[in-house]
Amino acid sequence: MGTVALRMLFGDPGKYLGLVFGIAFATLLMAQQAGLFIGIIGRTVSQIVDVREADMWVMDPRVKYSDVNEPMTDTQLYRVRSVEGVAWALPFLRNMGTVRSPDGILEQILLIGVDDATLAGVPPKFVLGDLDALRAPDAIAIDKSGFMRLWPDAPLDLGREVEINDRRVRVAAIVDASAPFATSPVIFARYSLALNLAAQRRSQLSYVIARAAAGHDAAEVAARIAAETGLQATTSAGFARMTVLYFLRNTGIPINFGITIALGFIVGAAIVGQTFFLFVVENLKQFGALKAIGVGNLAILRMVLLQAGVAAVTGYSLGIGMAAAFFHFVPRANDALRGLVLPWEVAAGVAAAVLAIIAVASFASVRRVLVVDPAIVFRG
Amino acid sequence: MTLAVRCRNVVKSFDSEAGPLRVLHGVDIDVPWGEMTMLVGPSGCGKTTLLSIVSGILSFDSGAVEVDGHDVARMSDSARVAFRRANLGFIFQQYNLLPALTAAENAAVPLVAAGIDLETAAKKAMPLLERLGMGEHARKLPRQLSGGQQQRVAIARALVHEPKLVVCDEPTAALDATGGRNAMELLRAASVRADRATIVVTHDHRIFDFADRIVRMEDGRIAAVEDKAPEIVP
Repeated sequence: MGTVALRMLFGDPGKYLGLVFGIAFATLLMAQQAGLFIGIIGRTVSQIVDVREADMWVMDPRVKYSDVNEPMTDTQLYRVRSVEGVAWALPFLRNMGTVRSPDGILEQILLIGVDDATLAGVPPKFVLGDLDALRAPDAIAIDKSGFMRLWPDAPLDLGREVEINDRRVRVAAIVDASAPFATSPVIFARYSLALNLAAQRRSQLSYVIARAAAGHDAAEVAARIAAETGLQATTSAGFARMTVLYFLRNTGIPINFGITIALGFIVGAAIVGQTFFLFVVENLKQFGALKAIGVGNLAILRMVLLQAGVAAVTGYSLGIGMAAAFFHFVPRANDALRGLVLPWEVAAGVAAAVLAIIAVASFASVRRVLVVDPAIVFRG
Repeated sequence: MTLAVRCRNVVKSFDSEAGPLRVLHGVDIDVPWGEMTMLVGPSGCGKTTLLSIVSGILSFDSGAVEVDGHDVARMSDSARVAFRRANLGFIFQQYNLLPALTAAENAAVPLVAAGIDLETAAKKAMPLLERLGMGEHARKLPRQLSGGQQQRVAIARALVHEPKLVVCDEPTAALDATGGRNAMELLRAASVRADRATIVVTHDHRIFDFADRIVRMEDGRIAAVEDKAPEIVP
């Protein structure tokens, strides 16, 4: 009876398309918003993720998330280095500042200062230039997106000069950095230069980044650092989790996205539920005739679920395809949106939500079909 | 020899706001093989209720109903469904064809319900459709057919799986006089056989000529049984 069920479904193109587009719309809305939410929340930890060399972050105990830090003295760096199990520990400065291009464009920037000797903390992927270029006096690296904001119509090149907090520096490299939360240009410099650019007093570092020695567990070493130094120490993953949780708990981001995602689900469920219910109700006499002829309830149930399933798969495929197209094309067209992707977990989660929508839609409809009295066909 | 249908003292009530409403008051009826039996009577006399009970799609309060010697009431729900699928053919007043299926596919639905795929079943239904003069319309959808043509498809659907009992509810109600007689001629020619019985519920006195036996009902009881000369079509 499967073929008959599908012919019934496709034979009512108005309702079939209504079902498909209802599911597709709900899928697109949920997937797009969930993907954006994860992408934007992910940006809050961009500068943690980009420091690939370290597996531990040490900071003042009052720090709650990565964007705001309490400066520490250099002596804390040496104390961290002295803890057993620490392979290396390096300074890391993170500061906001302003940059002015020769054309007068003023932008707020995120200034990252990395260890003068190792330059650990600079993203590994260079668009132009290389890591060693940062060793030159007044040399900085800027992320590609930041370069395009400061010089919107210029081709990517090196040697351009800008002023950071009224001090002139030179672009020696362009890197492919993860997008920061505020989409500001990200500028990398040696720690000593960054201190001067940030107009901070000497020996004021934001974080100590460190790596556990071979054979040591980073979480255990971090706990040891915290115990011995009185500082807050955590793994990179732990610091990222702490930052994400801060944004989730203290900003309106999850509520705003959550409302939209919930609306996608509710509106989708309402449209699909109503359309499918109408489709089934309008076919009640046909189902009644089939039952009279000798089609059992189980076969009828399979027919209805097949109809719902086909509409769900078609609508979901269309919707998730549109969402995937959005995440494929839009970030490429707008560099500020770079890095936004549609995670497979979102696709899977939305599939589960669509399954729930179709289950809700099917439930009432199936009930009507199963209880329909086949004698209905004898009532003119 | 067993009867096609044997009803004894069948009682059926429906719930109503005023309490149980009895619509069948101990009905006895025999339907022999090889005949077309018409159940006639005014609206509300219980014809359709009796037809539904005989068809195994409506339960009854007391009494006994046997179809081809099988006690319908003692069957489980699934067994009753399987019994209907194998042994009964239905013709409804409003035809109840599936709008998305062609005439041939609609005629083939009982075969599909029995597990044959739609394409094969539609091919199997073709000889019967041709016999009913619907061969050239086999690929048309119900909305492309006239009322009479739709009724022919319904007749084909009722007979395609060679049922022992054909039940028809007001088969001419939606047809004009000529269309109704044509449909009855086809129904009689196609359905009446020595090993088959046909029950027709109707108000339409113009088609009484086609019956071998007319059972008149009034107020939930059998008022009269009029036997006519049987006309068995081998």
